[in-house]
Amino acid sequence: MLKSKRLSKKYGKKTVVKEVDFHIPHGKITSLIGPNGAGKSTVLNMIARLIERESGDIMFKEKDVLEWNSTELAKNLSILKQSNSLYLKLTIKELVEFGRFPYSKGNLTAEDREKVDIAIEYMELDDIKDRYLDELSGGQRQRAYIAMVIAQDTEYLMLDEPLNNIDIKHSKNMMRLIRKLCNELHKTVILVMHDLNFASCYSDYIIAFKDGKILKAGNAEEVMTREVLEEIYELPVAIHNIEGRNICVYY
Amino acid sequence: MQLNKKKFLLLLLTICSLCLYLFIDIKPGTFDYAMKLRLPKVAGVILAAVCLSAGTLIFQTLVNNRILTPCILGLTPLYVLTQTVIIFFWGSTSLLVVNKTANFLLTIVIMLMCSMFLYRILFERQSQNILLLLLIGTVLGSLFSSFNQTLQRIIDPNEFMVLQNKLFASLTNINAEILFLGAILLFSVIIWCYKDLKYLDVISMGKEQAISLGVNYKQKVKKFMLAVTILISLATAMIGPVTFLGFLVVNVTHEIIKTYKHKYLIIASVLIGCITILLGQTLVENVFHFNATLTSLITFTGGSYFIYMVMRENNA
Repeated sequence: MLKSKRLSKKYGKKTVVKEVDFHIPHGKITSLIGPNGAGKSTVLNMIARLIERESGDIMFKEKDVLEWNSTELAKNLSILKQSNSLYLKLTIKELVEFGRFPYSKGNLTAEDREKVDIAIEYMELDDIKDRYLDELSGGQRQRAYIAMVIAQDTEYLMLDEPLNNIDIKHSKNMMRLIRKLCNELHKTVILVMHDLNFASCYSDYIIAFKDGKILKAGNAEEVMTREVLEEIYELPVAIHNIEGRNICVYY
Repeated sequence: MQLNKKKFLLLLLTICSLCLYLFIDIKPGTFDYAMKLRLPKVAGVILAAVCLSAGTLIFQTLVNNRILTPCILGLTPLYVLTQTVIIFFWGSTSLLVVNKTANFLLTIVIMLMCSMFLYRILFERQSQNILLLLLIGTVLGSLFSSFNQTLQRIIDPNEFMVLQNKLFASLTNINAEILFLGAILLFSVIIWCYKDLKYLDVISMGKEQAISLGVNYKQKVKKFMLAVTILISLATAMIGPVTFLGFLVVNVTHEIIKTYKHKYLIIASVLIGCITILLGQTLVENVFHFNATLTSLITFTGGSYFIYMVMRENNA
């Protein structure tokens, strides 16, 4: 349903993504891994149309994302980035209501309100829904943003470094939540991940980037191997199989 | 509801300041004469307040910044340059100076053409960076200012006096024709943009959020930038440069009406804009007896408020 063909991107003279071909398996969690500057976030941003591509195609449901009507695409595909510095003073509820914008353009219908309430409840934000975002902790704010994309009700969901700046407890909760979104709400989730072991334990499919190219794509067992990881990160890595998962040690 | 109460209070205050300006100090038997003088001015004030307040509000949403004003687009120096060039080359007795309507039309056409040219270059290119637009605006603004200074230094001193009068914001430039043309232009902008106002709510969340929520960002920003330019050019051509008014009004609006919904924000900012100019003009006419200009009053208030804002940001 979502795939690219010969996708490229240049910043000035530097090519950051070089003729990349990939497909994202439907209804699964896909993680993009690789060192800084390997092009994973660039790819994610190009799928979401946040930055313009140099050449190539990104086909989503048999149609290039650039040919989609903006509003229709926003009902099918959403992205959540890390840098959510907000210039507005919003409550959690108001933020989540923004998720319904593609459907109602600001005039919420009864159905919209119901979806907003469901999303807030799903993220367990009910008791703080009238608090302002700038009064929340990092973890709560992140949950509020996720509630917004749940209210947006898209089949595909892209998260750029969802574990950035949160502790291991909240990281685990976040990954379990993403699993839940995938299993219960049947969403296809695409993540940019830096923590390899979280990626290994929670992803169905992993795409490993290096220097703007895809080095290896496959399930966790295929990608989380010593050869692949040593090649992309250029440092010695040991892989241990613990409780059926490939855990890598590089410390 | 509290929001409604605030809006009602603002409306009440606007009507009060309107009446104050209209009916203050009328000698018996001169009522008709006073109205004939004051009503066009009031109409001009309202038009200019709508343009400046709405223009600044939309602009600050587009750039996601509450301290910038549309002045940074370089429109004010361009206005000054237009007036300076006209008086420098054709003299203060030329048709373009004496006939206020012709002057108004020429000014507005020049400002719009320059902006369109700038936007065309910028939006045709791949990068749709608003900051680049602001940078170009600032640089061009300084360039125009240098031209102005050079021309004003070598201009005939008598002509300079005429010029200087044009460069202070005042309501004396307004006549019925200008009012009529201005109102038509303003209404076409309102009709053109009205349906898209809801997109501003999302654009105020930032570019990435807006795109993710299905806003055709490039198209909408281009449209609103053009609308801002028309509004600000219109206001400048009507009452002259008022740097701080928009800034003052929009920040006070955000302070009073705590909502992100632009349909409320715009109405409130327009009302506050009317109150500010009307009270300012009443002060100029009745307290300072025309010894101070509207510009200096507004710049003084706006400047003080700006310093207050910066200090508060520092403390926060």
